[in-house]
Amino acid sequence: MSRSSLKPYYGFLIILALCIGITLYLPFWGKQVFAVAFRNTLFMLGVVPPIFLMVGLFDVWIPREKVIKKLGDTSGWLGIMIAIALGAFAAGPLYAAFPVAEVLLKKGVSLRNIWIFIGAWSTMKIPMLLFEVQNLGLRFAITRYGMSFVGVLLIAFLLERFITVEEKNRIRTLFET
Amino acid sequence: MKDPSTFIFYVLALTWLLVSFKKDRKKTVQALWRAYRSFVSILPAFAMIILLLSLLLVFLPEKTIAMFLGDKSGFLGYFIASIAGSITLIPGFVAFPMAKMLLENGAGMAQMAVFISTLMMVGVVTFPLESRYFRFRATLWRNILAYFYAFIIGYAVSVVVGVVR
Repeated sequence: MSRSSLKPYYGFLIILALCIGITLYLPFWGKQVFAVAFRNTLFMLGVVPPIFLMVGLFDVWIPREKVIKKLGDTSGWLGIMIAIALGAFAAGPLYAAFPVAEVLLKKGVSLRNIWIFIGAWSTMKIPMLLFEVQNLGLRFAITRYGMSFVGVLLIAFLLERFITVEEKNRIRTLFET
Repeated sequence: MKDPSTFIFYVLALTWLLVSFKKDRKKTVQALWRAYRSFVSILPAFAMIILLLSLLLVFLPEKTIAMFLGDKSGFLGYFIASIAGSITLIPGFVAFPMAKMLLENGAGMAQMAVFISTLMMVGVVTFPLESRYFRFRATLWRNILAYFYAFIIGYAVSVVVGVVR
């Protein structure tokens, strides 16, 4: 492996070195860290394959023009609703939303709709809502969910305002093909 | 698998893959290649998040977080709930039963809503990953806005749930 192919792993390697250090000085805690990491890795590997599979299929099969029309800068409320639905019906932790956001941005989805999608993925997942109702009651869950819905839209619209056009273009150029 | 939507996702993805394969083999191979490349490019970030998460989980286990959240009320309670929610990354199927238990033991309704909201919307551990996609400024703003909005959610939940009691 050349040095350049290792570069993305620098952050990981630093944390790994820290964990190994902990294991040397506090073996009891260190072993636990690695046991938990192993469990989390299995969980991640169980959840993410269909997500990446669909990212690949979406990339190849869904034409850019279609996506721009439905979710692009001029998509309006329909685009907002689709962005929410995409996030709300998703499965998986928030970190798995970013590769999906990447392919969506590549296809021309507006930044506002991407922020809505990320927001919906983080707080508006339907299966989670059902589980929340079971545990915390209908009133708690519905109020939190409804307020989150408003918040997701509000935050996306505010970001749209706060972030300058130049900064938005800089974000967009990260995803140009 | 505790999350049924993951199962549905497997069915959906495999069905799509099958349809794709019948329609166009070349394109399907291309799709698999892109899926693989997408995974490999994000793998370093995933690996780091998982390790960080494990460190947090061992040195700041749910029991400790629950202890911090337990009996604190008022402003300090809100503050602790929001910080705990922001830095940890507990999945919903662990967090909801935990919040239920804490509520039964006398924790504040608003504090629990703040904890759950920041847990879901604010991500300190995922910040480096997020800023790779949206750059530093937008990521910072999104997290700050979500952090403060969580308090509004907490207030609303305490009002709505409090009315019936």
